[in-house]
Amino acid sequence: MLKYTSDHEWLRAEGDEIVVGITPHASEQLGDVVFIELPETGREVAAGEEIVVIESVKAASDIVAPVAGTITAVNEALADAPGDVNSDAMSAWFFRIKPADGVSLDGFMDESAYQELIG
Amino acid sequence: MTELRRTPLYDLHIELGARMVPFAGWEMPVQYPMGVLGEHLHTRKAAGLFDVSHMGQVILRGEDAAQALERLVPADIVGLARGRQRYGLFTNDEGGILDDLMVANKGDHLLLVVNAACAEQDIAHMTATGLAPEVVTDRALLALQGPGAEAALAALVPDAANLRFMDAVDLTWEGDRLWVSRSGYTGEDGFEISIHESRAPDFARALLAQEGVAPIGLGARDSLRLEAGLPLYGHDMDTGVTPAQAGLGWSIPKVRRAGGEREGGFPGAGAILPELGKSSRARRGLRPEGRAPIREGTPVFAEAEGGEPVGRVTSGGFGPSVGAPVAMASLPAEIPEGATVYAELRGKRLPAVIAPMPFVKPTYKR
Repeated sequence: MLKYTSDHEWLRAEGDEIVVGITPHASEQLGDVVFIELPETGREVAAGEEIVVIESVKAASDIVAPVAGTITAVNEALADAPGDVNSDAMSAWFFRIKPADGVSLDGFMDESAYQELIG
Repeated sequence: MTELRRTPLYDLHIELGARMVPFAGWEMPVQYPMGVLGEHLHTRKAAGLFDVSHMGQVILRGEDAAQALERLVPADIVGLARGRQRYGLFTNDEGGILDDLMVANKGDHLLLVVNAACAEQDIAHMTATGLAPEVVTDRALLALQGPGAEAALAALVPDAANLRFMDAVDLTWEGDRLWVSRSGYTGEDGFEISIHESRAPDFARALLAQEGVAPIGLGARDSLRLEAGLPLYGHDMDTGVTPAQAGLGWSIPKVRRAGGEREGGFPGAGAILPELGKSSRARRGLRPEGRAPIREGTPVFAEAEGGEPVGRVTSGGFGPSVGAPVAMASLPAEIPEGATVYAELRGKRLPAVIAPMPFVKPTYKR
């Protein structure tokens, strides 16, 4: 089941990892994405740490790690085709993270809570 | 906060699905549903219609208007032929740039177009110097830009096709007088058209009904002018930069330079004239390697490690038609074209090559 953060990320639990992307709402707000800098795999990150840079035609913004853990994979294809974030945000995953404290998405918003957040 | 002003095309922008943002005291469309990237590419391929009604339109009347304006602007305005338009700068006593502007000779008056954010100050500046600027408050200003601009405008106003780059004349559309110049801010052939506010929405709709014409927002206007190597006031020039340092020495003709017939006689001439052709700083084009856009304010270094910045980026972003990031920076003039400098972004120094501007070939109809 998909969960959402207040930073407009979507989270999907897969085995002992969480797959992270940004929501269509976020991609729409960003405008056309032209550059994405992804973290290195194997990197240990803290919850809330800025680990992805997204540059749109308008501005630079960051994606933070939703939980503390280790980056296990990044979507290299996205670096070559950053526009995929605009065309299909729910498929354009950024990274997979193995949480230090095990996979639990209980603290995050479900679809209806997120829809309420973005109005 | 004072209320944002709306142009005569506000309702049309909303109807077209624009995202409106505050800009220089106005509520302006930053993009339409096509998006900044699409709008940019569309303008270079077909034709884009921009609402630039926020810009100041100012009339100067009187036989001595050209002489009077030359006391503030180091351009050849006295020698500007009727029906022609020219680019110029308002300078201050220190040699800095107060604003940039277009001046057209309309026969019995001069028509100035100034930046929205500077308009009030420009008008006060002119008034303080004894000029009597008349601010035009009842007209919209549209820009139609791109390879399809001529056909689209000529379908409504056939005589527009006869204009060449920087002509500025009055034409008629359905009995209404248009002030038309063949100019723009995209590097493309195109027109700027002033029309009475009451007819502006109908005129804009008539243009949008022409094949290939799409509405374009301020977002794409910025990336288009950046690729065209055109500086933006408040970013690539301001009061801290002289014309030579801003790469705008070309706007000061021989007749206003040392030894010219009407040498000097404008604010800051003593600082500005000796520096022409010898400035130690210049506005340089940058082509960053890789895909990361390098934006305004980014420090630029001569070396990959260590040292102090040698300059900074004044405008930068992704150039959709170039397909890569492009930037303008204030840098030492001595660094040769083709040399690599380093822009420090998020703690990393990224190589960028000093490149000629414009980044795309202009298509003006001269």
